Amino acid sequence: MTKFREAAFVAIEDVRLQSSLEGATGRFRSARETALAELPDSDEMRDHFKRLRAATLAQLALHLETFAANAVKAGAQVHWAGNAQEASQIVLEIAQAHGVELAAKSKSMATEEIHLNEVLAEAGITPVETDLGEWIIQLAGEPPSHIIAPAIHKTKEQVADLFSQESGKPLSATDIPQLTEEARRMLRQKFLTAGLGISGGNIMVAETGSIVLVTNEGNGRMVTSVPPVHVAVIGIEKIVPDWNGAAVWLSLLARSATGQPMSIYTSVITGPARADDPDGPAEVHIVLLDNGRSQLVNTEYEEALQCIRCGACLNICPVYREAGGHAYGSPYSGPIGAVVSPLLFGLENYPALPQASTLCGACLDVCPARIDLPRMLLALRAEEVKQNLLPWHERKAEETAAAVLARKRVMGLSTKTLRVLQRPFVRENSLRVPERMNPGNGRKLPALAKKSFHQLWKDGEV
Amino acid sequence: MSETKTVALFTTCMVDQIMPEVGVATVHLLRRLGYEVAFPEAQTCCGQPFYNSGFQKETANLARRTIEILEPYEAVVLPGGSCTTMIRLEYAHLLADEPDWLRRANELAAKTFELSQFLAREGVELSGDATPSASSGQAATGQPITYHDSCHMCRMLGLKEEPREALTAVGYTITEMAESDRCCGFGGLFSIRMPEVSNAMTADKLRQAEATGAHTIVTADPGCLMQMRGLAEGVEVKHLAVALEEVTR
Ligand code: SF4
Repeated sequence: MTKFREAAFVAIEDVRLQSSLEGATGRFRSARETALAELPDSDEMRDHFKRLRAATLAQLALHLETFAANAVKAGAQVHWAGNAQEASQIVLEIAQAHGVELAAKSKSMATEEIHLNEVLAEAGITPVETDLGEWIIQLAGEPPSHIIAPAIHKTKEQVADLFSQESGKPLSATDIPQLTEEARRMLRQKFLTAGLGISGGNIMVAETGSIVLVTNEGNGRMVTSVPPVHVAVIGIEKIVPDWNGAAVWLSLLARSATGQPMSIYTSVITGPARADDPDGPAEVHIVLLDNGRSQLVNTEYEEALQCIRCGACLNICPVYREAGGHAYGSPYSGPIGAVVSPLLFGLENYPALPQASTLCGACLDVCPARIDLPRMLLALRAEEVKQNLLPWHERKAEETAAAVLARKRVMGLSTKTLRVLQRPFVRENSLRVPERMNPGNGRKLPALAKKSFHQLWKDGEV
Repeated sequence: MSETKTVALFTTCMVDQIMPEVGVATVHLLRRLGYEVAFPEAQTCCGQPFYNSGFQKETANLARRTIEILEPYEAVVLPGGSCTTMIRLEYAHLLADEPDWLRRANELAAKTFELSQFLAREGVELSGDATPSASSGQAATGQPITYHDSCHMCRMLGLKEEPREALTAVGYTITEMAESDRCCGFGGLFSIRMPEVSNAMTADKLRQAEATGAHTIVTADPGCLMQMRGLAEGVEVKHLAVALEEVTR
């Protein structure tokens, strides 16, 4: 059994998890629909956005260079990281150079991807997540299970338990304001003492060298302005040439993600504090993370780089809604996770993910960049066949079946034989086999009909 | 109709082997509407199961074979949205590097239709009697039905209205479920590669369908039909062709 299947099974059996998942994704889905309907023509806007993303990625190197030059001009320091290790090393060195003991983090998928928290902790630096959801799962010692709602799998009771433990006083799950108040009090301390603020970045705007960061809790603004040093780790694909493009991006991002016309906080960071703009950190570092991304440029998977990590495809995905995010075994879950995890972290490490889909196409329907995820899942499956990554018996079975179906006569003979063989097991048009032998796992399997349509036709019974 | 038009039936392998009554219903319905139905007997499978598993070489074989068998006909009708999608849209991708086959694939695609798509295109006037006194099944009790949109049919072929219009024309009342286009959990081999997830999806689908109070779920895809029947208990799952045929006798 694949790891995905095993973990999904655990999730399906977990009644509390199922109800949190269904509740939260359902709220996201309906909010998204309402928010998109408010736009004059959201379909046209998504088409436009798709063209913008494709055109930008077609000249990725150029835009990155413009961004870097303008960021440096604004006083930021730009670092290029080829892989995860290089990226976390860069952040670690910045922290060590400033003698940092405590780092405050705002939510960032890129730092999840490079396992930054582990690297910092190993070097004796304490990273504290300040996004409420991220903090919850950090306290629980778990990875995120949703791109924008990392603790989507947790119930409020579980959160109350975690917060009670952390604060040392009993907190009730029914008093949400008290829970958040307590979290605010505990986190505020961290902001004030942290020597380093670490964030991700939603958009890099090349024309001004700015980073745009959206949050709903304001923690992003604290992380990037209170500590004396700020490091942002951003995937190289999150770039747009100019502010016009950024405006479209922002308006689709919040609507697709949480169904808000705009996130509560949209911060723009252009370099550190300076004489004419004295607020903010003394140093701003931007780590541009490649980690397999540039390899996708000019391939059939380039489209995956258009993703803006809104999470809409997770909320609609019927597989994600049953399996939950942890089953994917990657910071990126859901349909986009099933595509980018094998692409960025190795198909051999995620052999089950391209299969974790019925190719229903619901993700393509909702994606703000209209990324054809089903097409890429198909391409990855073909890649698995090419690289011989399927179990031997599956491969043989498929090849044999295809060979049989390619010859009408052989097919007729084989199905005739099967009709005889199945006889002892047929009850009311279903195959009844001992449950442990049932590949449908409790689902009734259909029997072959007494006569095929071919036979009925030949016998003049149609 | 001035002269009789001949349409070829592509049953799909699942209908051929597991639910031939769906093929029979399709033929009867088409004949009743004045069409001559041909059944090219060399047909087997459109190749979709292999395509979806990544076996492109094997699929291309089946695709070329299917094109050869079906291209002599004026029109091809399938009682299944997913296999129609395969022929209408995917063959062209699959054979993109073989110009001659690509042309033939495109020609076939243009005249291949899912059943309700064909009926809508031809503008046939359906009438039936899915009312309390009519023939058999749920129609006989006058209960509302609910319609499950199969994924490829509604998203890739854009057929949402067509099956509903056909059902309504023959007298059914459709009560819509919460997410009629939510996947039933089949996904071909997915349903046995990941049966736990697949069954959980089906259970949710059935819950939403049953919540409408309908006793019959109608769907146009043999795959969805088989999947839902595998777990359905209090509710009957019926193919569109059968639902249409039995009240237009
Ligand atoms: S693939 Fe599309 S829908 Fe999914 S997270 Fe990315 S942008 Fe959002």
